[in-house]
Amino acid sequence: MLDLNTVREQDLIVEPTHFTERLKPYAKTNDWFNWKGYMACNTFECEGKEYAAIRSGTGVFDICPMSKYDITGPDAMEYLNRIMTRDIAKLNVDRVTYVIWCDDNGYIQDDGTLFRLSENHYRLCSYEHAMDWLMNCAEGFDVEIKDTTRDIAALAVQGPTSFGVLEAMGLEGLENLKPFGIMRVPFKSGEIMISRTGFTGDLGYELWTTPDLAGDMFDELFEAGRLRALKPMGAIALDLARIEAGFVQAGVDFLTSEHVIRTGRQRTPLELDMEWLVDFNKPLFNGRKALLKQKEEGPRYRFVKLDVEGNKPAHNSFIFNKGKQVGTVTSAAWCPTAKTNVAFAMLEWPYGRDTDNLEAEIYFQRELGWTKVMAKCKPMKGPAFDPARKRATPPSRI
Amino acid sequence: MKKYDAIVIGAGHNGLTTAAYLAKSGLDVLVLERNDYIGGATVSRELHPETKYSNCSYVCSLLRPEIVRDLELPKYGLQVVPYGGGVTYQRDGNYYTNYDDHDRQYREIARFSKRDANAYERYTADVLKQTRLIRPFLMRTPPDPTSFKAKDLQELAYLASKFTGLGETGMADALRFWTMSIGDFLDEYFESDIIKAHMAGGGIIGTALGVYSPGTAYVLLHHYMGDVDGSVGAWGFARGGMGAVSNALYQAFMAHGGELKTGAGVDHLIVKNNQTKGVVCENGDEYYADVVVSGLDPKRTFLDIINEEDLPEDVIKKAKNFKIRGSSGKVNIALDGLPTFNGIDPRSVKMKGDFHFIDSLERMERAYDDWKDGTWSKDPFVDLLIPTLVDPTMAPTGKHMMTVFVQYCPPKVNGEEWTDADRDAFGQTVIDQIAQYSPDFKSLIAHAEVRTPRELEKEVGLTEGNIFQGELTFDQLMFNRPFPGYAQYRGPIKGMYMCASGTHPGGGVMAAPGANAAREVLLDLKRKNVVPEGYADD
Ligand SMILES: Cc1cc2nc3c(=O)[nH]c(=O)nc-3n(C[C@H](O)[C@H](O)[C@H](O)COP(=O)(O)OP(=O)(O)OC[C@H]3O[C@@H](n4cnc5c(N)ncnc54)[C@H](O)[C@@H]3O)c2cc1C
Repeated sequence: MLDLNTVREQDLIVEPTHFTERLKPYAKTNDWFNWKGYMACNTFECEGKEYAAIRSGTGVFDICPMSKYDITGPDAMEYLNRIMTRDIAKLNVDRVTYVIWCDDNGYIQDDGTLFRLSENHYRLCSYEHAMDWLMNCAEGFDVEIKDTTRDIAALAVQGPTSFGVLEAMGLEGLENLKPFGIMRVPFKSGEIMISRTGFTGDLGYELWTTPDLAGDMFDELFEAGRLRALKPMGAIALDLARIEAGFVQAGVDFLTSEHVIRTGRQRTPLELDMEWLVDFNKPLFNGRKALLKQKEEGPRYRFVKLDVEGNKPAHNSFIFNKGKQVGTVTSAAWCPTAKTNVAFAMLEWPYGRDTDNLEAEIYFQRELGWTKVMAKCKPMKGPAFDPARKRATPPSRI
Repeated sequence: MKKYDAIVIGAGHNGLTTAAYLAKSGLDVLVLERNDYIGGATVSRELHPETKYSNCSYVCSLLRPEIVRDLELPKYGLQVVPYGGGVTYQRDGNYYTNYDDHDRQYREIARFSKRDANAYERYTADVLKQTRLIRPFLMRTPPDPTSFKAKDLQELAYLASKFTGLGETGMADALRFWTMSIGDFLDEYFESDIIKAHMAGGGIIGTALGVYSPGTAYVLLHHYMGDVDGSVGAWGFARGGMGAVSNALYQAFMAHGGELKTGAGVDHLIVKNNQTKGVVCENGDEYYADVVVSGLDPKRTFLDIINEEDLPEDVIKKAKNFKIRGSSGKVNIALDGLPTFNGIDPRSVKMKGDFHFIDSLERMERAYDDWKDGTWSKDPFVDLLIPTLVDPTMAPTGKHMMTVFVQYCPPKVNGEEWTDADRDAFGQTVIDQIAQYSPDFKSLIAHAEVRTPRELEKEVGLTEGNIFQGELTFDQLMFNRPFPGYAQYRGPIKGMYMCASGTHPGGGVMAAPGANAAREVLLDLKRKNVVPEGYADD
């Protein structure tokens, strides 16, 4: 008879993270979803209150499922400079930067954040799994690449009271940490790395530690947050916050090029209003030639962030220009703090050139009654939500 | 004597499809089948009490949904149940589990290589891209590239548009893909042996080529281009065995007023002034029709059931040169209970998919070496399934049925005809390989049907036992299938047509050749087309 206990079973499709056990008591809606094979919550109790916590208190989001790669070795900087469109030489030790990287056709392969942890040690956090591409590009470079996704326990701690919370937690020296800075604080038997980064467009931090300290870090954070309106936040609230803050989401606003099957559905940085992330002064990086060519010939698409008339979110809307269909909405939300009806849209070139007469075709339903409205849209100058407190150093102590 | 509108030779699933469409259009159609049962290589027979085997084909993916719907096959009992899972064993007993959900699969591949786990995502996208090129052509007649007829030019333009639609890199990839070996292709993605071995099976099944022979990447595509309800690349079991496909087609044919005779092997076509007039059966019976459609493979069609004097010289030559090498065997096993596989929970999804016991491309290539040496592989590549775990109708409750497809198995043994002793030794090789991973397997065997190319040829009529009615190499695909100049289902004799796997788009339980052939017959008869168009891939 087969002894079932000796059988190796890896049968969970969706696995818990280092924080799942801690988060379970808060998950009153039991609304879990599959984030790259790990458990994550859409909501914990109420998405509206979770969003409010991000904007007026502190929201905590488990980022363990995010793919993480540690890149070390004497050629690490040179190697990353070859992959990324930005100039990585400008990234100092203990600093973080937002990055995108392209394939040879100039199509965006993915976006993420790059941390410089020491002279020759970087950490890349990406939306997709990246091991294959990172290894493919490593040919000829003296670098070592390690998938550290499972080895790191990380939480995003976001909102105007987040500094106060972390200070109350006893993490010292944080007041001087500037946006995109990194510091380390001893914690229990090890340490917590803190970066002033996030995806909400407000004051916020990300805490990184080893799995053995995850439980303690969580407990002390939540204890310190009790008086400062701290809550775990779900993905729905976070999505709303990022749209309000003007951040694009891979897999939603653009597709990652390796996963595209239909010809032409990939996008270049120029087509996503991301030219500021491309440093053409660098003599060589993946996609440079194709991007230079496109710069000359003109892009096929134009990505715009729109302020939509009225209060009905333009979910999945077609965009019209003087009656002609010229594009589609990729992300949309009524943004409660900014009181703006935001839509991100992909417009076909050359119609995207003229953005004076755009309209969104919005369908909405009340009690099975469907209504269609044509709402005027204006391109936005900057993000709908961009508070000064996001940059203040030292931040507010509340 | 009665004259039919059309006679279809052979009640394989393609012959039945052609017959059903011709009958649907209102024609008086007769199907003549040599065996006492229908289905050809799409058949389920009860050779052991209460246990059904899918004697030849055993899993379903290629069957065109347009035809299933149009001929109302679900109404006639056809149900395809998707399956997934299975394992590829290493020699050391460790195994790779083929989870069919993305996340477990990613983690499982990562146990062998994290890079491969990620590369698999790129691989899937790239193969899917290639299927998008071929899928639109499954329900179309290939254009004749040397003809200047409006229809051919139009079809060529369509082909060109699909091709250029792939974009610059896509076109370059396609050209390479159609001609390269599955081994070389996999080497471009993966580093671990077992992952490559697991993926390579589809590239050699039914093919007298090795994993490093050019052309095998396309064979993989042929196994990837089907779908179960839109899930491209997925496979399922026809509930009740593959015979359910033929039985449903038969009933659809009957519902449209068809007539079918079994035990009616055709000896030859009656041809007068280069026009078919009917057929003469092996027992001397004659049947008449101006349209005769052959559901046999091209060799049998042109070298066996048509008199040489009725054929142009070039066709005889082309038929002789047609590549239809036997390379596969099959072992179907009735089991008194569920065998235990080392290290596997019997309740797990691992039991519910394909088992493979070869863990490197090297071993697969060696298996091919045996075939070239004129013998069956001593360490064969097998594709083993226990369908009863997904479809309990195949055996009494508690008993099981196992289907084992075997690559490679030669049409002759060291140049000599197969003997019964050879066949038994071949069966034993397969059983021994399985038993290495399942200690109680041998003791559970209640009955086994061992099929070498000899049996496949004798029972199904497949020349050399080639499962696809001809190799799926580039020189025998699209407008080259079966041969240049004859790829539009019309034979060299007026009124004579071909409708089976030896024509575009080739082998497998697909029904597309049968449907396409019917469309061409109806066109020539100036009748309204009743064959559905292919669904567009959106
Ligand atoms: C072992 C094996 C495993 C396979 N596995 C799969 C699988 O899992 N999935 C899949 O999709 N495909 C599989 N295939 C391929 C698939 O089964 C065949 O390509 C398909 O069934 C062929 O159908 P057909 O109608 O074109 O021809 P056939 O099925 O070959 O039909 C020809 C018919 O003609 C009859 N016939 C022959 N000579 C005469 C004559 N003189 N007079 C009258 N009748 C005659 C035969 O008896 C037969 O019924 C497999 C094939 C084999 C052999």
